[in-house]
This record gives sequence, C-alpha cells and structure tokens, in this order.
Amino acid sequence: MAIRVFHFILLFLSFTNLTYSLYEDQVGLMDWHQKYIGKVKHAVFHTQKTGRKRVLVSTEENVVASLDLRHGEIFWRHVLGTNDVIDGLDIALGKYVITLSSDGSILRAWNLPDGQMVWESSLPGSKASKSILNIPKNLKADKDDLILVYSKGSLNAVSGVDGEVLWKKDFADESIEVSHIIQSSDVIYVAGFVGSSKIHVYGLNAKSGELLDKNHAALPSGTFGELLSVSGDTFVVLDEMRSKIVIIHLKNGEISYNQKHISDLTEDIAGQAVILPSRLPGMFALNINSYVLLIKVTNQGELVLVDKVNNGAAVSDSLSISEDEHAFAFVHYGDNKIHLSVKNVNDWNHDLLKESIVIEHQRGKIDKIFVNNYVRTDRSHGFRALMVMEDHSLLLVQQGEIVWSREDGLASVVDVTTSELPVQKEGVSVAKVEQNLFEWLKGHMLKLKGTLMIASPDDLAAIQALRLRSSEKSKMTRDHNGFRKLLIVLTRAGKVFALHTGDGRVVWSILLPSLRKSEACENPVGLHIYQWQVPHHHALDENPSVLVVGRCGPSLSAPTVLSFIDAYTGMELKSLSPAHTAAQVIPLPHTDSTEQRLHLIIDDNQHAYLYPRTPEAIDILKHEFSNVYWYSVDADNGVIRGHALKSNCVQEAVDEYCFDFRDLWSVVFPSESEKIIATMTRKPNEVVHTQAKVMTDYDVMYKYISKNLLFVANAAPKAAGEIGTVIPEEAWLVIYILDTVTGRILHRMTHNGCQGPVHAVFSENWVVYHYFNLRAHRYEMSVVEIYDQSRADNKDVWRFVLGKHNLTSPISSYSRPEVIAKSQSYFFTHSVKAIEVTSTAKGITSKQLLIGTIGDQVLALDKRFLDPRRTVNPSQAEKEDGIIPLTDSLPIIPQSYITHALKVEGLRGIVTVPAKLESTSLVFVYGVDLFFTQIAPSRTYDSLTEDFSYALLLLTIVALVAAIFVTWVLSERKDLQDKWR
Amino acid sequence: MPLKSPFLLLLLSLQLFICFAFAQSTTGSSEGYTIYGRVRIPSNFGTKDYIVPGKVSNVKVILNGGQRVTFLRPDGYFSFHNVPAGTHLIEVSALGYFFSPVRVDVSARNPGKIQAALTESRRGLTEFVLEPLKDEQYYEVREPFSIMSIVKSPMGLMVGFMLIVVFLMPKLMENMDPEEMRRAQEEMRNQGVPSLASMLPGAARSN
Repeated sequence: MAIRVFHFILLFLSFTNLTYSLYEDQVGLMDWHQKYIGKVKHAVFHTQKTGRKRVLVSTEENVVASLDLRHGEIFWRHVLGTNDVIDGLDIALGKYVITLSSDGSILRAWNLPDGQMVWESSLPGSKASKSILNIPKNLKADKDDLILVYSKGSLNAVSGVDGEVLWKKDFADESIEVSHIIQSSDVIYVAGFVGSSKIHVYGLNAKSGELLDKNHAALPSGTFGELLSVSGDTFVVLDEMRSKIVIIHLKNGEISYNQKHISDLTEDIAGQAVILPSRLPGMFALNINSYVLLIKVTNQGELVLVDKVNNGAAVSDSLSISEDEHAFAFVHYGDNKIHLSVKNVNDWNHDLLKESIVIEHQRGKIDKIFVNNYVRTDRSHGFRALMVMEDHSLLLVQQGEIVWSREDGLASVVDVTTSELPVQKEGVSVAKVEQNLFEWLKGHMLKLKGTLMIASPDDLAAIQALRLRSSEKSKMTRDHNGFRKLLIVLTRAGKVFALHTGDGRVVWSILLPSLRKSEACENPVGLHIYQWQVPHHHALDENPSVLVVGRCGPSLSAPTVLSFIDAYTGMELKSLSPAHTAAQVIPLPHTDSTEQRLHLIIDDNQHAYLYPRTPEAIDILKHEFSNVYWYSVDADNGVIRGHALKSNCVQEAVDEYCFDFRDLWSVVFPSESEKIIATMTRKPNEVVHTQAKVMTDYDVMYKYISKNLLFVANAAPKAAGEIGTVIPEEAWLVIYILDTVTGRILHRMTHNGCQGPVHAVFSENWVVYHYFNLRAHRYEMSVVEIYDQSRADNKDVWRFVLGKHNLTSPISSYSRPEVIAKSQSYFFTHSVKAIEVTSTAKGITSKQLLIGTIGDQVLALDKRFLDPRRTVNPSQAEKEDGIIPLTDSLPIIPQSYITHALKVEGLRGIVTVPAKLESTSLVFVYGVDLFFTQIAPSRTYDSLTEDFSYALLLLTIVALVAAIFVTWVLSERKDLQDKWR
Repeated sequence: MPLKSPFLLLLLSLQLFICFAFAQSTTGSSEGYTIYGRVRIPSNFGTKDYIVPGKVSNVKVILNGGQRVTFLRPDGYFSFHNVPAGTHLIEVSALGYFFSPVRVDVSARNPGKIQAALTESRRGLTEFVLEPLKDEQYYEVREPFSIMSIVKSPMGLMVGFMLIVVFLMPKLMENMDPEEMRRAQEEMRNQGVPSLASMLPGAARSN
C-alpha cells in the first residue's frame, strides 16, 4: 500500500513538471548570459555633437553592432544569416548605417540610434567579384548623391534615402576586375585590371551611368596584390616580383605610370614586400619582413621614404581632424610594451600623440587599429584607438590606458570540455564566507516576507540583490552538489578560456603559442579539446589537465599540434608538434596510474599513434589490444568502415607508439540513391541506471545498451541540399542503426518524401532525430528505441530458480542478439540548430531533450513526449504509467524554454554536463552569445529548492514548541482541577 | 502546470496577425522571384492598433531553415529576392510571440504566382491574414499570497495536525464513556500496541 501511495506521489510529481519553468525573479540565480559580437572586421566611429559616442562595427560572425565608446556595451546588434558575410560598412546621410553583405548582393540601411532596418536592396548579378561600397563623405539627404556599389560584375548607384537602384552599369561582359571607384561631381571613374598587367579606366556619367570614355594602358609587368589608392587619382601597386612599386596616375581618365625599386628607397632591407591596406592621404605603408616603411608620394609622383619602423604592427586608416589635416595611427612593439603614435600626415616630425601601453601578453599581437579623435576642453585634439587583437578581443585605448576591453573571442567557441575545481583546502576558512547568524536570519526573514507577499519594493530589491550576490556560487572550490565547475572552451583564435559556471567570469585564459600563426604553421586551427587527466582516485595532488588538438591549415594532411594545459592555472604544460597528421582522435576508456587518459590519434596514412607516450601506456594498450575498435565515416564515397589495431608500424624509423590497423568491415551505401548527411553516437561517458524497462502490464523489456551504436542518416542525392530545391517524390531519408564493432545493421527505416538537414541525439537505447517532411511541409521528429529480445526470456522466474538465465553472460557485440526497434514520429514546429539530451550523474533522473531552435532559443522537451508507446487513447494503466496521449505534433510550452526571455544569438552547440546531485544537469549553450544554466528534468527531488524558507521552518518549530508548552501547562492545570474535584 | 491567472489569460488573448502580401517579381530575371510579406503584431485583441514591429524585439524572418535571414522594415514589410521556383518555408522569429511557419509555393509554370499556407493549421493565406496564434510567456506567474497556500505548505499541515491533536483529541476523549475507554485501553495493553491516548499526558492521567 505504501508503495502504491509513493507511486501516486511520484506520478503526481511527474505530471506537474512536464514543463521546466522559472519565475521572473529567478532569472540570473542559476543562469548567466553573455553577449558578444565576434572579431571586428571594420569599425566606423560616429561622434555626434549630441554627446552620444558610439562606434559601429561589423564582425566575422556576421554581426553589425553599435557599441558604447565609454564602456564597450552593445547598444544594438543584429546577427545576420550564416552565409550573409558583411563586406562593407559605412555611415550615410549621417543617420544610416549601410552594410553590404552576401558577396555584395544585399545592401541594407540601419537606423543609427536604434538599429531598426530602414531599407534593403537586392543587387543581383551573375559574376562573382570583389564588392566595393563607396559612400561619398558629404552625402546629404538628396537624391543626387549616391551610394555606389560595385558587386557581381556591375556598378550600382543606389539612393541613400530609400535604397532605390537609380542606375546600373554592367561590366560582366568586360573581363575587368574592378578595384576602385573614384567619384567626382559629374564623372565617376571605375578603375581595374584585366589580367594582371592591363589597367582599364571607365568614365561614367554620375547622373545616368552612361559610359563617357574608356581608356586602358598596359603596365610593363604583372602586378602583385591589390591596387591601393593613395590620393584621389594616384594609386600604387607592387609588381609581380614584389621588388618594384608602380605608381599609377589617372588624370581625367588618362593613365600614366612610373615605377621605382624598393631598394632605391632603402638599401638595408630586402625581402617580400606587401602593401598594407591602410588608406592614408598621399602615403602608403609597405611591410617588408618585420619592418614597416612609410612612404610618401609627392605631387610629382616621386616616392620619399618617411619613416622605417621595426616591429611594426598595424597602421590605421587616416582620419581627418580639420579642414586639410589628416592624422593616422600606427603601433609598434618594443620593451614588452606597445607604442602607439598618432602622426599628422603632412607634418611628419611632429607627433600628435605618443603613448606606451602595456597589454596583457595573452592577447597576442595587434591585428587591426581604428583611430578616432575628440576635442578636449582646451580645444586640442585627443585620440582614442580601437584595437583588434590576435585573440579577437577588442580594446579601447585612450590616454595611455585601456578604457575597456571585450573578450569577443568567446563568440567563436569551437569546442568545450569541463574540469572540476580544486577541493576545498583545510586552511581556507568557511566561516569567512558565511555571514554571521543575525545577517543570515535577516536574509531569511526578508525571504519570508517575500513569500508572504508582504515585502515592500525596497525589500524586494534587497531580496533580489541578496540572491544574485550569493558568494556561494562563484567560489573557486568544489561544492558538494557539483554545480561549480570550470568550462574550458577553445575558440577559433586559438585561445583557451576557463569560465566559472557560477557567474561566467573568465578564470584564466591562454593564447596557445602552438596555435599562433608562425612560419611553420601558416593557418593554425584549433579542432578539439579533450579531458587529458582527471585525477580522482590516485594522483589527487595533481591538477587536472586538458588536451587541445589543432592543425596547421584546413586540410587533413596539415601537420598536427598538440597542447596540454593545466586546468587550474591555465599554464601550458607542454606542446608537441608530431610528424603525423590527425584525422581522428579517439579517447580510449583506459587511464594510466596518474589518471592520464589514453588517446589514439589516427593519421591520414592508416596509422594510429598512442598518447601519452609512456611505456605504461603501451602496457595498458597491449593488454586491451584486441578490444580497441573504432569507425570512420567517408561521407563523400558513402562508406563507413570499422577498424581495429593490428600491429606495430612497419616503417624505417622504429616507433613503438605507432600502430597499423586493419579494416574489419565496411558498409557501402548505394551512391546513386543515398548520401550520408548525418551520423551520431552515444556520449562515451553516459551513465545508464537500469537496463530493464517495466511496461504497463508489468512486463519487462530490456534496453539494448551498447556503446558501439552508430546512427546514420542518408538522404537521396538530389535532396541532400536545402529545403525548396526538390519535390517530395525525389526525396527520401534512410536511417540506419549500426553496430560499430561488427558493422551489423540493427535497424533500417525509410522516410519517403523527407529530407535533411538531420539533427540527431543518441542516448541509452534510443535515438531522436529531426528532419523535414516535404509532403506535409513541416519538420518532424522521430524516436527509435531498441530493445534486446534475447534477454526477454529472463522474465521467467523458473529460469532464475533453475539458473538458466543469461543475465550473467557477457554482453558482446559479436553475440548477435535479437533486437527489436520501436519507433514513432511527430511534427515539430521549428527548424532546429542543435539537439542535446540532459545527462545526470547516475542516469536515474528522467531525460529531457534540449532543442536549439532557429530563433536561437533552447527548448526543454520531456523525453516522454517522444515515446513509441504513446497511443491516441491510453488505457488507465498506461496513464498511470505516465504515458501521454498521442498527438500529431510535439507541444511547445513557452515556460519550458530554458533560455527564458533570452536569445543565444547564432546558436551553434549545446553541451550538457552532469552535476554531482543526481537531479541536476548543467547546460552550456554557445554561439555568438554564451548561456549557462542548471536544469532539473524531474525537479530537484533530492535537495531543497533555493526558494525554501528556513525562516518559515524555524517559525513552525517555535510555534510547535510553544504550543506543546501551552498545552502542557493547560493539561497540568486541568489535571489539578480534576483531582480537586 | 502553468496556472492561468486572469492576467495571464488577458495576455494570452493578445493576438497577432501576420499579413503576407505576395507580389510577383517585377524584375523578371530568370533566376528567381521575389517574395514580399508583412508581419503585423497587434497590441491588443479587438482593437486595430498594431505595434511597430521594429519596436517589439529583434524580429527575424528566416527562409528555409536558415538559408537566408532578413529583417523587418519599420512598417513590418520584408522581402526575399532571387528565390527560385519551388516550395519554401518561411519562419518568423520574434521573442515573445509564437509564429507558425508558412509554406510558400513559388510556381515555375505560372511565373510569379505565389501561394502561401500556414503549416501549423494548414490554412491557406488567401486573404493574407492569419488567425491569431499566441504570444509566449516565458515565466511562471507567482500566485498572490493567500492563507490557503500557507495552510497547504508542509509546515502549515504540520501545525494544523498538531492543533487538531491538541485541541480536538482531548474533547473526543472527554465525550467517551469512561468504562468503554478503560476497556479499550485494557485491550490495547493486552495487545501491546502503544496507543496514542496513553501517550497524551492529559488523557492518560485523566482516568
């Protein structure tokens, strides 16, 4: 009976928490949200006389944003689509921000103060070409002044007021690569190269776009790099040997040129020259080796070397500070400092500003610099510089100090792992953290007032501050519940950050030297981050460490770089640049005596390399040699292969950590009808609590739980592209569930009239995937659950008694168990960017799917909505079992968005980590923004909620004690009276 | 479960219309057509007032699951250019509102003919006006304070039970016949089951 009652209570509880829900005043208690913009590509300062100081930026994450110059906060921000790359940014009419994006085919105007889009123009064209946005500086609200855009092989004149295309001149038929637009009052000159040595100039009527004249000249040799404009009609370019500078004059459409050897300017420097793309009036900057040469072009077309800077870093564009004065900034390194100088272009000997700044070493070199001026109270010019650093962070420097900095590298997270915090040491006093009893009681009295709704607004504010301030959550030590951890994230810039889960602050960061651009490694990319050493049983005195795997360049054959980082201090322990490549990294389920995890790195030459390179690791691997299996997916050829280790490498140099491997099996999909579009496996560290699943009729089903399952989704080759390109008859989706040890196909299913993109998540014995149904023209989600039939006989009690059960028989992939799969499909409203499932410490808590929707929100959906046992009319017993009546679509309950009223702009991934407390799972969502929260899919049944009122409990106890005394006294008195009677 | 207070119901009754005005491509380029549409968010049910969409939040209009993203103009209009013929999906992402995805058919045979239908309700958009969907409340609404909530809380139940025991039990005891009571107690003592009555100091001593 008691069990029944307990069952009912559980049932009641489980029914009440189909939604993950949050009260508005709980925002920020367990979650944090950080907004970023990404690496700044272009910045335009806007200094209004009204005093609102802003800078407009466009970034590599396709963000247009307006930032506050005082604090670096975001005023407004728009994240454009993933393939809507911003090519140009400028201010027009003093009130619009103009962006040119999507290879110059979309021109948008945004309102400067609030970021509302004002107009949008499409500039179609057929030819792919460089896109140029040209906005005359004195553009007034007049139809006659134009925004000139060269894109897709044609020149468009667009009205700045409403985005109307006034005229268009097509250059697609000419083979010209337009590189410059020169605008004068009546005539627009368009200059560009045909091939690499012929320069063409077209003169167009500014009013109508009519072709007025056409001119061309052949240069004596080919050219290297881009044409750079020095003044209105003078250009410089390097010749193809990169040893001569060619100066080109275009006077009223006439072309003349002369050239000069770089060695004539300076004798002592030789090397490959590059013209820096900074626009300076009458000057240009040339980079040779580590030197930056600043060269002035005189009116006669002569070149004069003005300055030579060693360790030059970056040169800004020029800035007009008064009628005919132009200033620009350049930075160079020296004595561990960064020297920033602002100079007047015309008056070289005089520095407008000279400052030295110390910038954190971990920010790397300066990538770009943008300079802006302001007028001080004494009417002199002050300058501020916006610097984009190598780690993609953004700094504002003013008066020799860093006014603010933004860690915008965090907008491009590549991979995430977690680390435990240090155990609390004896020496650290807990009492320091706890307030005294009075404070504590006061806090709880306030809370009580809050729950009784008798708190005044001041009290409410105090309560909110008290809750948010809670020092408990941001301590730097491990807690009992496992809520405090370090999130270690690898960013695209090659910087590794450790974020505290309590408040999201950066605990440490390191710009990995191995992932910085160097001679040996031209385009380093960080690939993955793994937990390398997680000390818990042995070696507790050692710090945990992580492994970062990177590659020099995007291709698989680029050399590998490995880096080991201490997770507590953020120091690089060591870095390796092995001779082999890294096509795949496999963390093995074995650790050595110091708790270092064994990893196999597979290269592209059919070799596997063992890490760590210790004899002990070899011993462990030798012992488990025949138990190491992995698979590889060749999506281009539609083949999935299974591999196992064979023997040590046979090559000249003996390397005992190198192994050959053999192909065990391969599954070849018919290329004419199927193309692999998605694969998914279970998380290797997932914990499953029970294998048995009790059905409604007290029947037992055994989940088929194998770590070696692979979900593969194949689409019809025609339907492998995007939605809107195929008809339902040409599209189908075939899903497979494979065993990766034997290559056996456990389940195969075809969805006709469906196509990708497929997003899937695999957990325990089930897989859930999201795809597009073309017939219904809606998204669908399907669930497949796999059950082991060979264990079904164990239900018989007599077999247990007679010892004929097979429960103790080892589970092997080779045993070919009989499995059955159950599946069901449902409609789902939104497009999906990522799916993840909650994970808890012991796997007892029910699961929730976390769905990152196209609106950049994360929806928590109970797994019970995706249960193949759902029927339209569940019986009473099934209802008691928690089976929800079948509906054709999955519900979207707004309260179950774990991101509540926030957006994680540009969402790319969701990571779940179990806390030590069984009920709770930690969720980290990354994209352009970062978001972290804790969720309890079945509510926090194992701990008191944060809302729990201790004051009420105390009050109750006091009241009860008082009541006991009162009644005792009363009863004594009554007793006495009775006796007297 | 979400508790629907009158306030919430009022908010839920807030409706929204999406208004799609499809026009065919005027440029006549061979590669694609233009889809024009409009998003309107009414400020309240029954009135004809509309919120300026730009003021609501960062509204995005998404074609084919992220293939292209566009934004709204101040008057709520948006457009996708160079869309090839075929069947497409348009989604609107606006924080605080639930929009149904829209199926858009761009006809190839009948150049420029564009049809639209809501995928959630499978209703065609002939009049370019959608039935109101709902707005989204991301937070639970706190119940206002009531005595019942205190009574229903575990602590309240505890106090309540104590009060019942303290004040009602002696009364029950008093009303009992002393003879019967003694007999009952005898029985219980014989069975060796500790009774509640014997644990109560007053009741135990009263006989």
